[in-house]
Amino acid sequence: MRKLMSGNEAVARGAYEAGLVFASAYPGTPSTEILENLATYKDSLYCEWAPNEKVALEAAIGASVAGVRAMAAMKHVGVNVAADPLFTFAYTGVTGGLVLVSADDPGMHSSQNEQDNRNYAEAARVLMLEPSDSQEAKDFMKLGLELSERFNTPVMLHMTTRVCHSKSLVELCDRVEVPAIPYEKNIAKYVTTPANSKVLRVKLEARLRAMEEYANTAAANRIERGAEADASEEKIGVLTSGVSYEYARDTFGETASYLKLGMTFPIPETLIREFAQTVDKLYVIEEMDPYLERHVRMFGIDCVGKPIIPSFGELNADIVRSAVFGTETLHETTELEAVVRPPVLCAGCPHRGFFVALQKIAKKQGLIITGDIGCYTLGSAPPLGMIDTCFCMGGSISSGHGAQVALSRTGQDRKAIAVIGDSTFFHTGIESLIDIVYNKGTCVSVILDNRITGMTGHQENPGTGFTLMGEETIEIDIPALCAAIGMKPENIVTVNPLDLAETEKALREAIEKDEPTVVITRWPCILKKFSAQDKEEFDLSPAVCRVDHAKCKNCKICVQTGCPAIYSGAEATTINEESCTGCTVCKQVCPFDAIEEVRA
Amino acid sequence: MMAFLNNQGTKNILLVGVGGQGTILASKILSEALAEAGYDVKMSEIHGMSQRGGNVSTQIRYGEKVYSPVVGIGEADVIVAFEKMEALRWLEYLKPGGRIVINDFEIPSAPILMGQVEYPQGIIEALSAKADILVFKAADIAVSLGSARVMNIVLLGALVKALGIEGIDWDAAIRSSVKPAFADINAQAFRAGYEQG
Repeated sequence: MRKLMSGNEAVARGAYEAGLVFASAYPGTPSTEILENLATYKDSLYCEWAPNEKVALEAAIGASVAGVRAMAAMKHVGVNVAADPLFTFAYTGVTGGLVLVSADDPGMHSSQNEQDNRNYAEAARVLMLEPSDSQEAKDFMKLGLELSERFNTPVMLHMTTRVCHSKSLVELCDRVEVPAIPYEKNIAKYVTTPANSKVLRVKLEARLRAMEEYANTAAANRIERGAEADASEEKIGVLTSGVSYEYARDTFGETASYLKLGMTFPIPETLIREFAQTVDKLYVIEEMDPYLERHVRMFGIDCVGKPIIPSFGELNADIVRSAVFGTETLHETTELEAVVRPPVLCAGCPHRGFFVALQKIAKKQGLIITGDIGCYTLGSAPPLGMIDTCFCMGGSISSGHGAQVALSRTGQDRKAIAVIGDSTFFHTGIESLIDIVYNKGTCVSVILDNRITGMTGHQENPGTGFTLMGEETIEIDIPALCAAIGMKPENIVTVNPLDLAETEKALREAIEKDEPTVVITRWPCILKKFSAQDKEEFDLSPAVCRVDHAKCKNCKICVQTGCPAIYSGAEATTINEESCTGCTVCKQVCPFDAIEEVRA
Repeated sequence: MMAFLNNQGTKNILLVGVGGQGTILASKILSEALAEAGYDVKMSEIHGMSQRGGNVSTQIRYGEKVYSPVVGIGEADVIVAFEKMEALRWLEYLKPGGRIVINDFEIPSAPILMGQVEYPQGIIEALSAKADILVFKAADIAVSLGSARVMNIVLLGALVKALGIEGIDWDAAIRSSVKPAFADINAQAFRAGYEQG
């Protein structure tokens, strides 16, 4: 049976078919749907959301040590977090097969940076597979688990946004159960004391040679001779991998020969040399870094690659074609331009209330507002403008702490405020808060608890009370956690962010203190499927806000909340009742009492 | 200009709109029906921040053998714009001589809502000078059928007509993709859109 599947669905399917028993991940675009889809096979396997990628990989490592097939999935920057266990696990090798899925985001559709994680496979010396479409995503997931066991190595499955999120046809197979390998204590393999690791390092080198030998004949690395490739005067060869293969095929068609690599670490040197000898001109078509090209050049083989092929951003057939042939595809243009359509905080988003309350303080007092990764990063844009920095997951509190120490020690009268979401706090924010408490910092930490992992499309997290497999579970109590690490009870305040006065008061009081303080805003994401607990705790009854045009002076103060339900016309300001959720932030900022709340 | 070798048999479609307009469901029905009919199909969509008011695009390529999942500039045979300004934004992706199906429906973006700029005037006139366009109010048709939510299926009907694909049981394809309670209204929406094309 053939089915149209995204690459992410196909990875999940491959893991299922290959008898995988354990999977863990932290959500992150473009990888999120891998575990969401794996959860549909929950009768056959176990899967979970981990608080962060390091935990996810370590848990998968434990499952491998205990003898079953395991995977961890994450976006490219997640591998940075998980790099510590990855590099050492490459030394020890596996018991049950283990695949680490790295989903890179060339072009940064939904990421803070663009990094080519193929470099990780080489740096950590782990076998790497790169699928080009969904069929390969499924096949390589299965192959990865097999090769992991065969070569005693973790395997990296390198995906990119287009492979993750594009759909193509996949042939489905049945699941084959793989019996667990009985546990045998082996400290020489799994206890990485320097004495053991020195031995493991030598073994790793031998493993690399064996893997490279395999790569030279692996079915995943194949040569395709174009039907007209030999007819041309100058024989063209293309070395490529991943989705770039598809762009190369659309560029050169049948006029070239292709060496399409599915296994890109270790690099199949002999195969590349043999292929290069059969062509007159060798192109290397790859997204992001000159990863393959660097090796080709190291082998002393001349090739055409970067910078003709862009070394950043996403490729497509048009870009490759223009780069290779110097042509431009004919297309129409007009002088009339479309207005940009940037993403904005939704109508009814609880973060808006917090930012509007913070604005009132920021107007009179100097602040550095360190931000984090989540929907609330959108609070940096005008008209809110209430986020000054964004680096990485969990970075807001620690960088806020560093900023506060720097400000205080240099006599600057300015306060640092860190803004982080609930899921991001559980990810790596807790350690940062410990840093503040332990080192007697005074940066104000604000945890925006919207009862879900929002940006990636509503995944459960340790604070929501549910697991990935849909079971009810213990819910982490954020105020209790803050108290447990040593914060004074009076310095832990929870507010409703849609109550501007309450939120502003809590922030003002926290800013004035010379002690570690935390303000927790608690209100569910408006797009969330509300749980029974949400419905009990929060008043989520339908409502809308309406402008009383007799009172409205069209002053635009409500427009400054950046709510997409408010339309600022030249004559009048109106509220779109289709998108308004009745959060009342606009009503609270209106100086003329011209907005009324209508509850159904 | 050098002629490029763009898989001549492959058809390229773009569905563009604003998060929440149902472009993904329409794309799913279309691509699954094409696959069922024996075509090689690739569909690409960008997830991420689109739920928060950004523009969304789905790209579908089908033919005997499809490589790239992405439609490039000047390559789309048909563009379906679920929102008027999005037709303007994606014009450069249209193949010269290609067709744009435009839903005469405006969703102002943040800078327009804030009163910083005006919604562009004269979009239809500008586009009609450059492309073969079909403009109609899919939202009104959907509402007249009983639900604004089936606007996406009205547009799917118009798209299928524009593509001129034969031999697919669209009624069955639509009915199998939506909940039974909504099968009739979606099937009607498809037919209404097809008649516009």
